Amino acid sequence: MAYALSEPRTAPGTTSGRTGKVRRSFLLRLAFLVPVVVHTAVFFLYPLARNLLLSFQDYGIRSVYSGDAPWNGLANYRRLFDDPVFHKTLGNTLVFVVVSLLAQFVIGLGLAEFFRRSFPLGGVLRSLLLVPWLLPLVVAGTVFRWMLDTSNGVVNQVLLALRLVDDPVPWLNDPGYAMAGVLLCNIWIGVPFNMVILHGGLQAIPGALYEAAALDGAGPVARFRYITLPQLRPVIGVVLTLGLVYTLKVFDVIWVMTKGGPANATQTVTTYGYQLSFGGLSQFGLGAAAGNLLIVVATAFALLYLRSMRAEDHTAPGRK
Amino acid sequence: MLTEMDCYNTDPTMSALPKLLDSCGRKAGVTVRRKIVPDLRTRLIQLAGSHAVPDLVLLDNPDLQQLAATGALTDLGAAGLRTEGLYENVVAAGQYEGKLYGVAPGANSLALYYDKKLLADAGLTPPTTWDALGKAAKKLTSSKRHGLGFAVPATEEGSFQFESFFLSAGAELSKLDSPEAVRALTFLDTLVKEGAAPKDVLSWTQANVQEQFANGSLGMMVNGPWQLPQLKKAGMSEADYGVVPMPVPAKGGTPSGALGGEVWAAGNNGAEKSRKAAEVISCMVNEKNSLTWSKLTQYVPAAKSAAAELAAEQPQMKPFVDGIAGARGRTAKLGATYPAASQALWTAVQAALAGQRSPSAALAAAQAEASR
Repeated sequence: MAYALSEPRTAPGTTSGRTGKVRRSFLLRLAFLVPVVVHTAVFFLYPLARNLLLSFQDYGIRSVYSGDAPWNGLANYRRLFDDPVFHKTLGNTLVFVVVSLLAQFVIGLGLAEFFRRSFPLGGVLRSLLLVPWLLPLVVAGTVFRWMLDTSNGVVNQVLLALRLVDDPVPWLNDPGYAMAGVLLCNIWIGVPFNMVILHGGLQAIPGALYEAAALDGAGPVARFRYITLPQLRPVIGVVLTLGLVYTLKVFDVIWVMTKGGPANATQTVTTYGYQLSFGGLSQFGLGAAAGNLLIVVATAFALLYLRSMRAEDHTAPGRK
Repeated sequence: MLTEMDCYNTDPTMSALPKLLDSCGRKAGVTVRRKIVPDLRTRLIQLAGSHAVPDLVLLDNPDLQQLAATGALTDLGAAGLRTEGLYENVVAAGQYEGKLYGVAPGANSLALYYDKKLLADAGLTPPTTWDALGKAAKKLTSSKRHGLGFAVPATEEGSFQFESFFLSAGAELSKLDSPEAVRALTFLDTLVKEGAAPKDVLSWTQANVQEQFANGSLGMMVNGPWQLPQLKKAGMSEADYGVVPMPVPAKGGTPSGALGGEVWAAGNNGAEKSRKAAEVISCMVNEKNSLTWSKLTQYVPAAKSAAAELAAEQPQMKPFVDGIAGARGRTAKLGATYPAASQALWTAVQAALAGQRSPSAALAAAQAEASR
């Protein structure tokens, strides 16, 4: 018993003392758990279950007030998969997630490597790079929206002044460019997170390993490939899994920058789900179905990650 | 005690509304507790879910039908609200299935703003037809500015602006791919393709368009009367710009457009509260208050006589007042299904202007989408 409770004085001859103590310490432990369990149930499990049920109902604007929404089985999911716009959002989401993850990771890792050496002002610079992470997404999105404005945006002014382009680039106004526009903003926001976590991971790699490798004649590329990457594996798993979950649910950046436009070019499953529910159509069942698909994808990857972590634990005892 | 919700979070309306609510509340013998909610539509849907829609709400007119369809709003006609002397189309915008659920204190429509000096320098007169508008826009375009600005983002705002071309062309919201509709979209498409209007129209809001016009980046703009005070704030006087009615496809046509503005509605919270709410609303939309309020918001008063008075008093309001007569309620024909048509419509406009589809293909897809 790690919980030293003041033992109640009980009259000799009664047996309630011992069991009472056990029960009390059990109740105490339970009491510590209650807030977490209640919070999770109310703010997480209930909405999740509600959303799941909602996706099997024909829940339109009238249902909101009357509360009755007929069950319609898989009709919402069927409608979604018959919807050409939804097909587009699936493709967009894939592009958005893959490109965001890769770019954030590569840039983040590059910066983490860069800050591994100590140099004057290194710490200051590193903290400055955290700024994108601290900014509210709406602020970042709004600023990028103006920077990428076709006629007056600073990005095009610079490109034109440097003669890199002849005509202004329609960053957010052309289906071919709009995705790149929102990706720029999202990558900029995501780099610090990757950098910080990876930097922490790099710090944990013993320097002796590199010294030994250098003695064996390994060059920088070999050292990175055979020491850094394998040692970083668990950290990379964390970064990519969390990154995936964050990126899947990105809403504000896209909403502020393009509202999913032009012509649905930047509509992702997240923004489309919102649009179906609150964009005027009031098809809450459809919106819920779109949201559930995301939850399934995110959960699948989270489980994969947990499994690989467990495998790690078995192969590398003592490593946390 | 009545509860109230609106989304007026900027002055002068933000601080003027409580005064109006107080004085009209006093007359009806109730106190009104006000609350500002920026994303009002979403909030009202949530409140409808818990049967807690406030006793008074001031909401955007195209959203009224959907909310009325749920049963969350009270029938103001039955609660004793009269609408004599108001514009018929403004009254119709507040009706759902023949019953009166909302009344607008003022309405608005779009018109064409132009930079007087730029037009004079180019030897142009304010355009009245599409043909003239296109020519003027091209002539005013230079390396420094675009001839014409409007706002067609992927929101209701985009539909609202496009509808002033769409409806003026004689198209109907119940048939999005009519030849008239294609003509309207082709016109805007050509303006963007030729560079007379910026590609940014796909992401700009009406407020952004006004900013661009005020800083000299646009020669002309399509916008509403609520921008008049904003232009004043930006340092433009009536000597700098003029306003004319929306140009029409051909000489002799009448401009039409979507009716804009917010309507007063009341939550379905029992007969007693509905009666009181109707009393307060009828006080707020009476001729005198409608005029005072419209001067603040720079809307067109819903009462015809007050509108005429305002046009006489402020010449700049005349094109907007004239515009109201020909404006159409967005939900007049489609009722609660308008939002679906609207979303299909703004998507079509975006697809065409972004060069993804031809105007006719984009509108055909929109009609198919709206009738899915």
